[in-house]
Amino acid sequence: MRSAPLFGVSSGVNELLQKVLAGQPRAVARLLTLVENSEVEAQTAVSHLYPHTGNAHIIGITGPPGAGKSSLVTALAKTLRRQGFRLGIIAVDPSSPFTGGALLGDRVRMRDLAGDRGVFIRSMASRGSLGGLARATSAAIQVLDAAGYDKILLETVGAGQAEVDVASAAHTTLVIEAPGMGDDVQSIKAGILEIADILVVNKADKPGADHTVKSLEMMLHLGPLGGTRHHGRVLAAPQMVAEKAKDAWQIPVLRTVAITEGGIELLAERVVAHRAHLLATGQWLARERARSEREVERLLQDRLLARLQTAVLPTEREVLLTAVAQRQIDPYTAADQLMALVLKKR
Amino acid sequence: MTAEERKPRILIAKPGLDGHDRGAKVIARALRDAGMEVIYTGLRQTPEMVVEAALQEDVDAIGLSILSGAHNTLIPRIMTLLAENDMSDVPVFLGGIIPPEDAEAMKALGVAGVFGPGASIDEISTFIWGVIRGE
Ligand SMILES: Nc1nc2c(ncn2[C@@H]2O[C@H](COP(=O)(O)OP(=O)(O)O)[C@@H](O)[C@H]2O)c(=O)[nH]1
Ligand SMILES: [Mg+2]
Repeated sequence: MRSAPLFGVSSGVNELLQKVLAGQPRAVARLLTLVENSEVEAQTAVSHLYPHTGNAHIIGITGPPGAGKSSLVTALAKTLRRQGFRLGIIAVDPSSPFTGGALLGDRVRMRDLAGDRGVFIRSMASRGSLGGLARATSAAIQVLDAAGYDKILLETVGAGQAEVDVASAAHTTLVIEAPGMGDDVQSIKAGILEIADILVVNKADKPGADHTVKSLEMMLHLGPLGGTRHHGRVLAAPQMVAEKAKDAWQIPVLRTVAITEGGIELLAERVVAHRAHLLATGQWLARERARSEREVERLLQDRLLARLQTAVLPTEREVLLTAVAQRQIDPYTAADQLMALVLKKR
Repeated sequence: MTAEERKPRILIAKPGLDGHDRGAKVIARALRDAGMEVIYTGLRQTPEMVVEAALQEDVDAIGLSILSGAHNTLIPRIMTLLAENDMSDVPVFLGGIIPPEDAEAMKALGVAGVFGPGASIDEISTFIWGVIRGE
């Protein structure tokens, strides 16, 4: 692959980017901090690293708090390491909405991965983002991808609701459930089927695991196609149904005991098989396309909002909002007038 | 970017073999409540684990909770590993029961601060802001 020219980048940053491309952990850690703290740095880094990305298999791990996500990431990582893959792990935890602080505790469960040069673990605070990831998570993924990590395991916040963002950030999404967490078909969170490529019932050593597995299987078979996913969404259109046999991925429901690595070999096998499936059916590209679309749209939104801040004087904004509040103009008209100001060249 | 604009990232670890991490957890929560991002690694951390976590997480400071009196062996090792990784600029502070003469020895090794059980969270967080701003 052609090396990106590093025009317009200070020699310090240039050197850092080169070290990242060479896979130096300290440089990777530094760059992750830069992209996390500054949109400008993130843009510089991603624009230069992007030609060197696209090789990593991104695996999202989501599920309710305490289901065993961090433990499962650790067990899965150990198995994937034995297969020779280099692993990047990003574990997102919530920031406090009141103080902005965060307690990032996922490493506690990842002790067994310490001392392995082929694993890089980074904790990340959500910093107000909803949807289970942080704003900078996608830039962080690009950094780890460029640094040569083969598989990137992405643990979401796990706030309880279906964290749909992870499905667009990842190629393969694992939804983790555990027995005794309210696992009737009715109470299993809406949206899980739409985002899961692999369903995992962790804590299979605990009573009630069978019930959870059955509930999930029932839910899958109640779905439009009995548990298959195509091009990143559950199939609905009839012409796509015809493709089912050929292209569709059967969503497995797997039992694991993360703390003893029970069932992890099979999980790892399915994870690797899912990548092969995506590549063989052309769905890898479809997912990359969907991911790119979301990312570009998000950046465009940011830019439009930033432009709104600069293109509209606070007084102009105030006058319009007051007029809406006083019922002199309606909100649609106000929005149109603001839009006109944004689009007007100054 | 100034220190105020970005969140300080602090590693809180409990090196050594004793099985209590209540003190470390209290500090971790308090620093979170003071608006910091705290990476908490839990019990029984070897010096190698502490330094590896500090490196990967690119922390601004490392806080170590010491109860067992093992600081005389653990801390020199951690300081050596930090130096080997070109990370001597990352400030290290200790919390726990450390006799005054040992505290002096720790500072001679490059430890930036030593806090006894009586230290307040305000004191510790003011100290952290200070070392991050390079005061
Ligand atoms: N019995 C049992 N406990 C588990 C299993 N996996 C994880 N745990 C425990 O569940 C708790 C939460 O695990 P953690 O990985 O932190 O969950 P997370 O919040 O989803 O990341 C910890 O106390 C783990 O030791 C399992 O398979 N069986
Ligand atoms: Mg976790």
